[in-house]
Amino acid sequence: MDTAALLIIEVLNGIASLALACAGLAIIFGMMRVINFAHGEFMMLGAYTTVVCTKTLGINIWVSMLIISPIVVGIIGVIVERTFIRFFYGRMIDTLIATWGLSLLLIGIVTAIFGNIIEGVSAPMGSFEVGVYNVAQYRMVLIGIVILLFIGVFLVLTRTKLGLIARGTMQNPAQASVLGISTQRVYMVTFAVGAGLTGLAGGLLAPISQVIPTAGAAYVAQTFITVITGGTGAVTGTLVASGVFGTVRQLLSYEFTPVLGGVGLLIVAVVMLRLLPQGITGKIFRRSL
Amino acid sequence: MLSAEGIRASYGRIPILHGVDLQVAEGEFVGILGHNGMGKTTLLKTLIGLVKTTDGTITFEGETITREPPHRRNRRGIGYVPQGREIFPNVSVRDNLRLGFAVQKVDEQEVLDEVLEEFPRLKPLLDRAGRVLSGGEQQILALARCLCGRPRLILLDEPTEGIQPSIVEEIVEILKTLQARRKLTVVLVEQNLDFIAELSQRVLIIQRGQFTSEVSPSQLSDPDLVAEFVGMGG
Repeated sequence: MDTAALLIIEVLNGIASLALACAGLAIIFGMMRVINFAHGEFMMLGAYTTVVCTKTLGINIWVSMLIISPIVVGIIGVIVERTFIRFFYGRMIDTLIATWGLSLLLIGIVTAIFGNIIEGVSAPMGSFEVGVYNVAQYRMVLIGIVILLFIGVFLVLTRTKLGLIARGTMQNPAQASVLGISTQRVYMVTFAVGAGLTGLAGGLLAPISQVIPTAGAAYVAQTFITVITGGTGAVTGTLVASGVFGTVRQLLSYEFTPVLGGVGLLIVAVVMLRLLPQGITGKIFRRSL
Repeated sequence: MLSAEGIRASYGRIPILHGVDLQVAEGEFVGILGHNGMGKTTLLKTLIGLVKTTDGTITFEGETITREPPHRRNRRGIGYVPQGREIFPNVSVRDNLRLGFAVQKVDEQEVLDEVLEEFPRLKPLLDRAGRVLSGGEQQILALARCLCGRPRLILLDEPTEGIQPSIVEEIVEILKTLQARRKLTVVLVEQNLDFIAELSQRVLIIQRGQFTSEVSPSQLSDPDLVAEFVGMGG
């Protein structure tokens, strides 16, 4: 019974972490069609921001994770978008090469500043007991935050004028512009929001992962696979795909090893993309976001 | 109201417009007639700013707008209904309409009510996705969406293309009513002779990227004249 409860918590936690890591990419790649190969590095920057804020500056960890990390990475996102991403809209392969370069640059800069050593912050709050097991309360809070985050993103996209303008612009930029919408500004803001969400993910995952300059590499493959499998409905698709992949990975990791968990995720992804080449939302939930 | 002088424009390296002059007065309904490939669509895209001019100037209400991006021109009061409708496929009809005035500070319900009164056909379709509408419905939606922004000048690109005759009739009626009610100025590009003749006050003939002549709408019913001017029979 205790084991089952623990397993459920583990699975939910796996899903939440994956969905969190994907949220920003769902917007930047899922909606904007920019292959952001520096997605993992944006997360890494969010994680370092939290580390620096809490350890060096002594700022409260919640403030660091929830507010400062997304703002810092969001601002970096604006700079990156204005300086070169904006020249590559509609040229997917070119965005891949440009952001790949960016990812190497960011790893280099962070390594030069902090050195190639493992940093980390300890998770806030204590733990509680499930039978004989100890579960960190932070992991439970994380699940709650991710649920709220996705509800928030969904509501902004569907219920606000800003969300409508962003969706219209992504679907048909030329038409949006003749309706008076400044597409350049919409792209900039959307990219910044995507980068900010990625920074938030990096900050929130910092206490439960190792913070090193190359930490981003671990996230690139799984996040892209999840968003691609999600399909055109960036938000719903990412959630559903995270649900499937997170469950598979966590169960296999529990039963065997984390390596097999990763392998299982890839196999399920291959099968799903073979069956649903347009992604999950290409077939079902077609009107979703 | 709108004036273009010596407009030149190209698609890539292929020059399409070779010095077009156009004057449109307030309240006028000007038709532009020409074959495929003569530069009709390019002219409208140049006027709204989707295609850059390589030479010439465009002024709207006395101000030069030649270098302005499309969204600025729209905010000045120029509406554009593109060929092929360009409906946002994955948002509802209501949201398509809302996108027509999303950047304006106006009472949303008031604008929607007004437009739905003029386009009652859209009322039962409001919650459908844009992509499921028929071609004719999409054309009406595109026109309604444009009007939601309350433009004073509308650039209308081949609204009858691929549309069933009954809806063409409906569009004629709508445009006539609108012009009288809203005092709209319209520049219409068309290949459909009956349509253009019924609505326009004067018709310009475009051939190989230049205006070659101006005719009155009544002349369009004379097949010989049409053949002479345009090289296309009625």
